[in-house]
Amino acid sequence: MNAPVNSGGNSGMRGLRGGKQRYSILSLARNALSHHENWQRAWRSPEPKPAYDVVIVGAGGHGLATAYYLASRHGIRNIAVIDKGWLGGGNTGRNTTIIRSNYLWDESAAIYEHSMKLWEGLSQELNFNTMFSQRGVLTLAHSEHERREMTRRVEAIRLNGIDSDVLNPAQIKQIVPIIDTDPRLRYPVMGGFIQRRGGTARHDAVAWGYARAADDMGVDIIQNCAVTGFLIDNGVVKGVETEKGAIRAGKVACVVAGHAGVVADMAGFRLPITSRPLQALVSEPIKPILDVVIMSNAVHMYVSQSDKGEMVLGAGADSYNGYTQRGSLTVPEGMLAAAVELFPVFSRLQMLRSWGGIVDTCPDASPVISKTPVSNLYFNCGWGTGGFKATPGSGHVFADLIARDAPNKIAVPFTLDRFSGGYLIDEHGAAGVAH
Amino acid sequence: MLLIDCPWCGPRDDEEFHYGGEAHVLRPRDAGALSDEAFADYLFMQQNPKGPHLERWSHSHGCRRWFNMLRNTATNEILEIYPMGEKPKTEAGQAAYAENWRRESPAEKNALSGGEA
Repeated sequence: MNAPVNSGGNSGMRGLRGGKQRYSILSLARNALSHHENWQRAWRSPEPKPAYDVVIVGAGGHGLATAYYLASRHGIRNIAVIDKGWLGGGNTGRNTTIIRSNYLWDESAAIYEHSMKLWEGLSQELNFNTMFSQRGVLTLAHSEHERREMTRRVEAIRLNGIDSDVLNPAQIKQIVPIIDTDPRLRYPVMGGFIQRRGGTARHDAVAWGYARAADDMGVDIIQNCAVTGFLIDNGVVKGVETEKGAIRAGKVACVVAGHAGVVADMAGFRLPITSRPLQALVSEPIKPILDVVIMSNAVHMYVSQSDKGEMVLGAGADSYNGYTQRGSLTVPEGMLAAAVELFPVFSRLQMLRSWGGIVDTCPDASPVISKTPVSNLYFNCGWGTGGFKATPGSGHVFADLIARDAPNKIAVPFTLDRFSGGYLIDEHGAAGVAH
Repeated sequence: MLLIDCPWCGPRDDEEFHYGGEAHVLRPRDAGALSDEAFADYLFMQQNPKGPHLERWSHSHGCRRWFNMLRNTATNEILEIYPMGEKPKTEAGQAAYAENWRRESPAEKNALSGGEA
């Protein structure tokens, strides 16, 4: 793996430095005395100014993180983050919140581990509890081939200095007593591996924490304001057209996930991305029975238990393109069949909600963090089924790209040129559908 | 979930079908003559519209025949089903066909240089 890129700025430059009240046990006690009616607003809802240094399109986790790191690491604070809906209402609020950095290839290991290190200090940095829980992510193998391939992947991961351990079925049973390790199952548990530093975080808290900290440094977050086009003059972007009128900008950065292709089309170029609905479900809350994240690529199932007690289950993506934010019923049906076989205790669980998010998948299952054919217009997309875990790292390197107009060491493999140059980062094995 | 009207078997659940991606993508006859950028466009830049999309499907668990379909990706409404080797006949289908950047791409011109494929 490349040497880690300096995470930039001195520590005194981070976190809340504007006028925001800090959250603490004392502020909690103080506000309890006034029946919690006097909490300061976490962010403003300003009207857009006519011009900004940087306009970020998309107020999901990645877009808000980009604004935060531009402000805190690069001193660029005249920023607007614009969203057609509410902040964190797209894939940030629709994923299964799994965080890990156990990827096969060096390029992926570098960016996801960069992200993991930022996660490890994020709640303190943002003064916002992201409920980051390093409970471990355990990936199952259901065939001899998969078990051997997993062993190879673990060795590659460890060579990059990232923690991972191979487990046998008895060790898995010890960590997860409710799993059925009967070798007569249709897809028996033949082994697995665990990244103990992996885990989950509260998805909304991540968006809210970044939004509050960015707002504190003067970033304008403008919700319910769809971008309808770009102002482009001689191949240089000059701003965006929105439902609230034109907003001029020195630089424009788009982080719109499933709609990346639609937005790129407005700017007049193409992206190697297909958009499909990926589904997830949550059950009724039950007592704690699972304190680790379980993933299985072979049977397309992943599950963790939220702090509220709900089982959070992720299914696969539809095979065909779509923007419906629903997806086919057959996909969760297949996933639930696999989940019940592995965890017989789930058979009487009632599912409370299911939903779909539109994932933007690249041919090599790796993201695009890149300059574009239009000068001063940047795109960060293609995270497909696994963008949540990358939120801090993605925002951090994207802010660096925008500020310096050049990708840093971590981002450079993920430029758009890789498709014509042939330097694909084929992560279908580690990305799969299971995130 | 889609209810797809197979031209040979009638309306069936989408589970019986296999999605074959964008329709009307012609393989270049002389790929070596294309630039890397033109070949990458041909290979990787799939149509991904929010709206009418021309795509191929195969009734893989039924008659196993291929056909073309026009589907609105924003609503999943199926607008037209027509045979392989033919062009769409509806106005929306013809517009989706004509507006596709591939019609003017070096890869498609290369593919058609030896006559209609």
